Amino acid sequence: MFRISRKMELSDAVLLFEIEAHDIARKAKAGNFFVLRINEQGERIPLTIADFNKENGTITAVFQKMGKTTHQLAELGEGDSIHDVIGPLGMHSHIENFGKVICVGGGVGIAPVYPIARALKEAGNTVLSVIGARTKNLIFWEEKMREVSDDLIIVTDDGSQGRKAVVTVPVDELLSEDKSIQRVIAIGPAIMMKFVCVTTEKHQVKTIVSLNSIMVDGTGMCGACRVEVGGETKFACVDGPEFDGHQVDFNLLMARQRMYGEEEKAAFERYKITLEVK
Amino acid sequence: MEEKKIKNRVKMREQEARERARNFIEVPYGYTPEEASEEASRCLNCLKPTCRSGCPVEVDIPSFIQLIKEGKFTEAAWKIKEKNALPAVCGRVCPQEIQCESMCILGKKGDPVAIGNLERFVSDYEASQGKIQMPEKPAPTGRKIAIIGSGPGGLTCAADLIRSGHDVTLFEALHKPGGVLVYGIPEFRLPKAIVEREVEYIKKLGVEVKVNAVIGKLFTLDELLSDYGYDACFIATGAGLPVFMGIPGENLNGVYSSNEFLTRANLMKAYLFPEYDTPIKRGKKVAVFGGGNVAMDSARVALRLGAEKVYLVYRRSEAEMPARKAEIHHAHEEGIEFMLLTAPLKFLDDGKGNVNSVECIKMELGEPDASGRRKPAPIKGSQFTLEIDVAIPAIGTRSNPLLTKTMPDLNLNKRGYIVADHETGMTTKPGVFAGGDIVTGSATVILAMGAGKKAARGINDYLKWKFWDTGGITQ
Ligand SMILES: Cc1cc2nc3c(=O)[nH]c(=O)nc-3n(C[C@H](O)[C@H](O)[C@H](O)COP(=O)(O)OP(=O)(O)OC[C@H]3O[C@@H](n4cnc5c(N)ncnc54)[C@H](O)[C@@H]3O)c2cc1C
Ligand SMILES: Cc1cc2nc3c(=O)[nH]c(=O)nc-3n(C[C@H](O)[C@H](O)[C@H](O)COP(=O)(O)OP(=O)(O)OC[C@H]3O[C@@H](n4cnc5c(N)ncnc54)[C@H](O)[C@@H]3O)c2cc1C
Ligand code: SF4
Ligand code: SF4
Ligand code: FES
Repeated sequence: MFRISRKMELSDAVLLFEIEAHDIARKAKAGNFFVLRINEQGERIPLTIADFNKENGTITAVFQKMGKTTHQLAELGEGDSIHDVIGPLGMHSHIENFGKVICVGGGVGIAPVYPIARALKEAGNTVLSVIGARTKNLIFWEEKMREVSDDLIIVTDDGSQGRKAVVTVPVDELLSEDKSIQRVIAIGPAIMMKFVCVTTEKHQVKTIVSLNSIMVDGTGMCGACRVEVGGETKFACVDGPEFDGHQVDFNLLMARQRMYGEEEKAAFERYKITLEVK
Repeated sequence: MEEKKIKNRVKMREQEARERARNFIEVPYGYTPEEASEEASRCLNCLKPTCRSGCPVEVDIPSFIQLIKEGKFTEAAWKIKEKNALPAVCGRVCPQEIQCESMCILGKKGDPVAIGNLERFVSDYEASQGKIQMPEKPAPTGRKIAIIGSGPGGLTCAADLIRSGHDVTLFEALHKPGGVLVYGIPEFRLPKAIVEREVEYIKKLGVEVKVNAVIGKLFTLDELLSDYGYDACFIATGAGLPVFMGIPGENLNGVYSSNEFLTRANLMKAYLFPEYDTPIKRGKKVAVFGGGNVAMDSARVALRLGAEKVYLVYRRSEAEMPARKAEIHHAHEEGIEFMLLTAPLKFLDDGKGNVNSVECIKMELGEPDASGRRKPAPIKGSQFTLEIDVAIPAIGTRSNPLLTKTMPDLNLNKRGYIVADHETGMTTKPGVFAGGDIVTGSATVILAMGAGKKAARGINDYLKWKFWDTGGITQ
């Protein structure tokens, strides 16, 4: 059992948990993820290790309420426990001093991009960050991102905070103005990552994305998470989750993410009824 | 001279095929005490019991059968447990026809004694009586052993080492111990409550089980041996890397590795969705590719999830199928459609990323290949398309490199399996032993258990050597 030591609401749909997981915190690095199972009936879902504290022995998860499992998770409070927490999984981010980099976080993707931006900053990079969401209430960690960035641009689809734009607009501008940018790291919804890659490909700047394919074990045992990168099948949980975005077949990723659309909807509807009964 | 006629073996009653094809309840019912006694009475209690040489974990077969004859069922269970910590599992899934029963003297003239059925009976009987006997606690040695992987290999090694008085910790990557016994073999062949019961027994012996511990990630093996004070370790991580067929369309929705399909169904209990949260595609027309036990299990699970048609597509003929005869028979009975001498060419989609058919080609058998089996070759122009909505390649597994790639000083063979001594399990790294599927490639439960037993001995010998100058006393 893994105790939740802190719970915070970051935005309308996004929550933060600090979870006591001593051994995982000891080993975690930027870019790793973990898998959790809430209870005996629960499914296994992956979440990024958005931060970790080796002294306190905690890991931080930032998650968006999507369907049944994430809503059920959001019902838990400080002091409650999660049945299973497994990690750290996946390859951690490749961090070195590239020179100048852009870190892009879309929606809940702001959380996983933060430790990477921090690590890149610590490694001596000039970090330009772009964070975006549909609307103001979905933006979070503005201050944290600012602390680890040399410049921070905020965009919202509706213009309620920062610029009224999608993230690709400032990314395109930055790359047009400054040819010394070496690398882009983009994490967010698949569709956002896809278009960031379209943009950066134009400028021929290497782009790393983190693929959120459907997973079960997270250890390379089942193949649920398979993605196509450079025409080859890879397992996102062990070969990734980070890959060279210009090589990724995003259409396949998006189709595979929709595999259980009907089941997820049914499970969520059923869950909402049990909540109302309570 | 007139030969004494051998009585026929007492058959085990089973759930009727049409009925069971739609539920996950165990197929055979098990013996009644009367049936068990009658079957036991067939055993000759041989002076030189050849059957014993067929059991990799050295069960004292004639003695436990003798106890059944005397009506001492629980004592019979204890007798088995002296050597085998997983009797209810072995009684169900051991391929007895090529192990103990193949060596039984009665097999020469008729049916061998149903050793597996009897083993199953007494262990279920003991559990039903609620009096599980625990062996005496040995004197503690102060030595600490880490076991990586809680499949049958790891469980057996743990049970043996704890009975030598060591501290034993079993690390398991998944959230439940049991390895293939919990994530692979379906409920209707091996109820998960049975596996849990036997794992509980091993815990009661004193083995500490740490689930959710992915070694290579959470801890490296070197950390366990240096920072955490383990004196030796046994790697039994199995062969859990799925193999795909490498044909177009294999990443379409609805195409599952057998590992994923079975893990969802068994470990995650997706057949109980939505009571359990993990979804699984309930295909109407399902094609399973392969001819081994895993293919049979996948096909029979798909059927129980409600499929109207389940095709078993295999590129050779039934005679070459590696699956157990009994499982092939069960699959036939339940209505699985065998498409023999057929190979898939590519999967086609519905335009939305879902598989909706598979193009296949007919095969014919040519000359025998290196394995002695006749090699299949495609028949030109025989392509045809099969409508399906779920496809499950079940063509084998390989070694998962997750742990081994963090151990550059461990010798692996060309296929990525750990090189270990057959008798002791010793690897090229001091203090590190290995056994089961991660050494041999996919094999059987009982062979993994045999390897676990040998490694337990190997580790005991190693510890004697390692600490001989301190007289076996911990510093
Ligand atoms: C490596 C990785 C890191 C992730 N990190 C984060 C994170 O930090 N914060 C966050 O909010 N989300 C993260 N996700 C996504 C998160 O796992 C899903 O949002 C979650 O599983 C949704 O579950 P649900 O039951 O609430 O929603 P559902 O209604 O079941 O599903 C909503 C969508 O989530 C995806 N999903 C469903 N089940 C799974 C599963 N078992 N594995 C992966 N995706 C699934 C599907 O694409 C689906 O369309 C990450 C995913 C991956 C692969
Ligand atoms: C569907 C199916 C049906 C089968 N049916 C039969 C049958 O009827 N009869 C029979 O005799 N055999 C059968 N087999 C084969 C048999 O199950 C295996 O040969 C046997 O389980 C191998 O045992 P093992 O201990 O080597 O490994 P496994 O049972 O594979 O267990 C390995 C364990 O190690 C864990 N692990 C892996 N990596 C790590 C890590 N890095 N850290 C921590 N833990 C890790 C895994 O999660 C797993 O739990 C079947 C196999 C399958 C897949
Ligand atoms: S463990 Fe398996 S091989 Fe050994 S006696 Fe029992 S059924 Fe036979
Ligand atoms: S060989 Fe057969 S008959 Fe003889 S002791 Fe063994 S089981 Fe009994
Ligand atoms: S999640 Fe199972 S192999 Fe990646």
